[in-house]
Formats: sequence, structure tokens, C-alpha cells
Amino acid sequence: MRNGDARPTKISVEGATKYYQTKTGQVHALEDYSMQVKEGELVCVLGPSGCGKSTLLWSMAGLHGLSKGRVTLDAQPVAKPHPQIAMIFQEANLLPWRNLIRNIEFPFELKRLDPGKYRDRIDGLLRKVGLAGFENKFPRELSGGMQQRASIVRSLAVDPSVLLMDEPFGALDAFTRDEMNLLIQQIWMETGKTIVFITHNIAEAIFLADRIFVMSPRPGRLSRVFEIGFQRPRELALTTRPEFVEILGEIKASIDHGSGHQAVDVI
Amino acid sequence: MADKALGDNIPTFDKQGKGGGDVSLSNWSALTSGPGARSWLEFLTIILVAAAVIGGAEALIVGFGVPQYVLPRPSLIALSMVQDFPVLWPHILVTVKELFIGFAIGGSIGMLLAALITQSPFAEKIVTPYVIILVCTPMIALVPLLILKFGFGSEPRIIAVTLAVYPMVMINSATGFRRVDLAKIALARSFGASMFQIYWKIRIPMAMPMIIVGLMVGSIFGLLTATGAELVGGKNGLGNRLSYYSSLIQMPQFFACIVYLALIGNLIYVTFFLIGKKWASWES
Repeated sequence: MRNGDARPTKISVEGATKYYQTKTGQVHALEDYSMQVKEGELVCVLGPSGCGKSTLLWSMAGLHGLSKGRVTLDAQPVAKPHPQIAMIFQEANLLPWRNLIRNIEFPFELKRLDPGKYRDRIDGLLRKVGLAGFENKFPRELSGGMQQRASIVRSLAVDPSVLLMDEPFGALDAFTRDEMNLLIQQIWMETGKTIVFITHNIAEAIFLADRIFVMSPRPGRLSRVFEIGFQRPRELALTTRPEFVEILGEIKASIDHGSGHQAVDVI
Repeated sequence: MADKALGDNIPTFDKQGKGGGDVSLSNWSALTSGPGARSWLEFLTIILVAAAVIGGAEALIVGFGVPQYVLPRPSLIALSMVQDFPVLWPHILVTVKELFIGFAIGGSIGMLLAALITQSPFAEKIVTPYVIILVCTPMIALVPLLILKFGFGSEPRIIAVTLAVYPMVMINSATGFRRVDLAKIALARSFGASMFQIYWKIRIPMAMPMIIVGLMVGSIFGLLTATGAELVGGKNGLGNRLSYYSSLIQMPQFFACIVYLALIGNLIYVTFFLIGKKWASWES
């Protein structure tokens, strides 16, 4: 944790342990995982596939119960989905039967709010992510990057204080992913939201994060925490600088590959 | 606490199958690959081929001297459709009414049962064998019994139509309701959706393509059953006219009834095709 960081803890995971009962027996997904995320901090959780990252995030979103341990938001336990926490899913997760604007209005409908009152905010967000003019397009008519930008707008439109992002750019090509990372940094710097970003891509984690929480393979444990001190705003050129590559090597070396096969993308 | 629909499953983003391999009797491609003329040239070709087929039939029947009681000329059938329309119209209405009422009742029961049984795999296991028996049993076979009980009016036919429609609608709708996309339910839950909202805004829209297919197949089965039930017994309806005209060897009128039945069937198909285009086109 950063010395002298006086910001209060926004969202905290304490001793999270999770078992799933499946047809083939018990799966031990998370073991005694703890982390504290400061208000306005951007942290990445990094780990190989199947190490319990998604389980952790779904628990933080209140979508899952934990077998042991708890999640707190502003020191209050989170046991069910919380209006201050919004999730951004893998592969955008737009509803294919709704056009873009109706997808963005979806959370307002669920909360029985009139999206008309939030029109300015929604339009502003759409302009910021470059989707103005695409309101009537259906998800299948949008590229993967556009879909994910739409899903970011959908989550930001309800103005949560915490954004949980579950490998949001895993399905995008490298160039689009770079663009999206710049966009996330920009949104984060402008809004000051607390972001927990899950990825298995080390470079993405270093580029985005204030701190990186590295997880071990299943059962997911916290294995190491890295502080990333690069100046903001970070630019894509950073990813080729020696300091960056050095940290990348250090993190890569720290990752326990479990059965030995490579499950983490380096770039 | 944790959502029941999400259960305690490992977060997964595997796309569930589109209902393929299930007990559905039709699939969506039947609707999306429907007819549609692209250009005037294609349209003209379609018209010309139709004219050639009908004209050719006319010429062949005249040329080979086929007797009218075997196969009347298309022109005679067309003439009968116009001339006998005032006589046939009340019968058309009877058939359409039976179909409509039976379909409305059967369709509602089918959708409701599908929504209920898919809530519990156990309930589904218990109910499914009976539904399959109903699907596989021609409901026309029950009509003589129903006539004994309900007389020669429309009631036995409406009951037969209902019994024919609801298993079709139910089986297809259930396939639709079973297509659970955990990620979409999680999305709704993360924004605080209630169980009712998840049903109304996620599960039903996701099931809609299969529900529409079920309604279409059900309504065609309903028409089949209504006509069959009228053939078995009763005093009116297009099916009744078929047996009446064939007993009198009035073949132009007989075929006019068949063409009207075909028109009703096609109208049903086109209606559901358009509904599918509006409400389920996201699927393709």
C-alpha cells in the first residue's frame, strides 16, 4: 500500500473463500483472499485462467455468496448487488434484442428511473466513447470494440462509484484493446471512480493499474502485490520502455503456473 | 443473497446452444429463410412460373381429357371460389373461429406450462412424457368421443384444436425458456433486477424466437385438427364441406374448399413470419 495514502478504503475483500458444488465434486475456487482498494484507485487482479478471478469479482458485485469471508463497500457488507457497484462483463454482454440506446437505458428501466432525465449524461458519454449517432444500431451491427464501449457507457450512465471489470477486453484484437485501455484510463482520470479490473494480460495490467494483485492458480490465493508508479496519463509508448519491460519480467517470473503450462498472456 | 437463477454456479460465459438437439419440432431457420422477392426481374419470374404451372395444369387436363370428377380445371376451381363464396363464407368463418379460439386457449396454456415446468427440472421430468404422448397422438382420434359428449357444434373441435396446439407451443417455448444465458441474468442482477424483471426483460425476450416458432407450428397443427374434426362429424365448417362436396362429386367446389384452407394456412404462416421478423430478427 502506498505510503501516506490517506484515501479511505472503498471496497474491501476479507478472507474470501469459495467452494462450488458441482456434479463432479467440490471445486475450491478461492482461498482466504483479501485486498483493500482505496477510493479512486485503479487496481488490476492478474492471474492465470481458472484461478478464481471471476469468482472474486462476482462476489464483490454481490452476485455470489462466499463460503467464508466477506466483501465490504464503505465498511458496509455487500451481500447483494449494490447500486454503487456496476459490473462490466466479458464480451460486452449487450442484449441482442435491444438497440444501443435501449441497451444503455436497460439499468434505468430496472431501477424504474426515467432515462429521459439522464439524457444529457448518456449523450455526453456516447460522444466521449465515439458512439454518438449509433443509438439505433443493434449489437450485431457493431464491432466488438464498439459493443464493449457501449457496455461501458451502460455502466457509467448509472453513475456508480465502483466499476468492476471482468476481463472486458479479452476478446478484442490487440489494437482495439490498446484503444480501450487508453479510454479506461481517461474515464478513470476524469471521473475518479474506483476500478477493479480483472485480466490475464500482464502488459494490460501494468499499463492500467496503480497496484496489481497477482493470484495463484486454483484455489485462488493472493500471491503478490505490485505497485506500479508510472506517471499518468500513461501513453502506449510506455509499454516498450525498459522500465516497463523490467516490471513485466518480474511479474511474469512471480506467477505460479500451477501445472506448468502457460496460461497468462504476456502481451 | 445469491440469486436462485444464478445459483451457485461457477461464472461462465459459455454460449448455451440455440435449442438445437432439443425436442423442438422446428427451428428458426424455417422463418428467417422465408420468401421474399429481391428485384422486379425475380418477381416477374415468380409470376411467370406460377402462371405457367397453373396454365400448364389447365392445358394438360383439357389435353388429356381428364374427367372433372377426377381433377377439375384450375379455371373451374377459381370460378367456384368466386361463385360459391356466399355459400362457403359462413363455413370459412366457422373453421377460422374454431381455430382462433382453440389456438388462443391452447397457446396460452402452452406458454404458461412451459414457463412453469422450466422452473424445475424435476417438474419437467414428470410432465414431459405426457406432453410427448400428446404431441405424438393425433387429436382427431378423440373427436368422435368429444362429439358424443359435446354434440355436433363447434365445442368438440375447439377442444381438439386446443389439445393439438398446446403441446406444440409448450415444447417449443420450453426449449426457449431453457436457453439460460447466465451472463445476461448476472447483468440484470448486477443492476438490481427482481426475479420478475429477469423473467420479463431477459428470459422471455430470449425465448421469444422459440415461442413464435411454437405458436406457428401449433397454429398449423390447429388448422389440421380443426379441418379433421369437421370431416369426422358435425354440420358446418370447411372440413364438413369437403365431405359434403366429395359425396356429391362436386369437385370444383371441393377444390375451392381446399384452396380456401390453403389460404388460411398460408395467412397464418405469413403472419408469424412477420411477427418473427419484428420480434425475433435479432437471432439471425
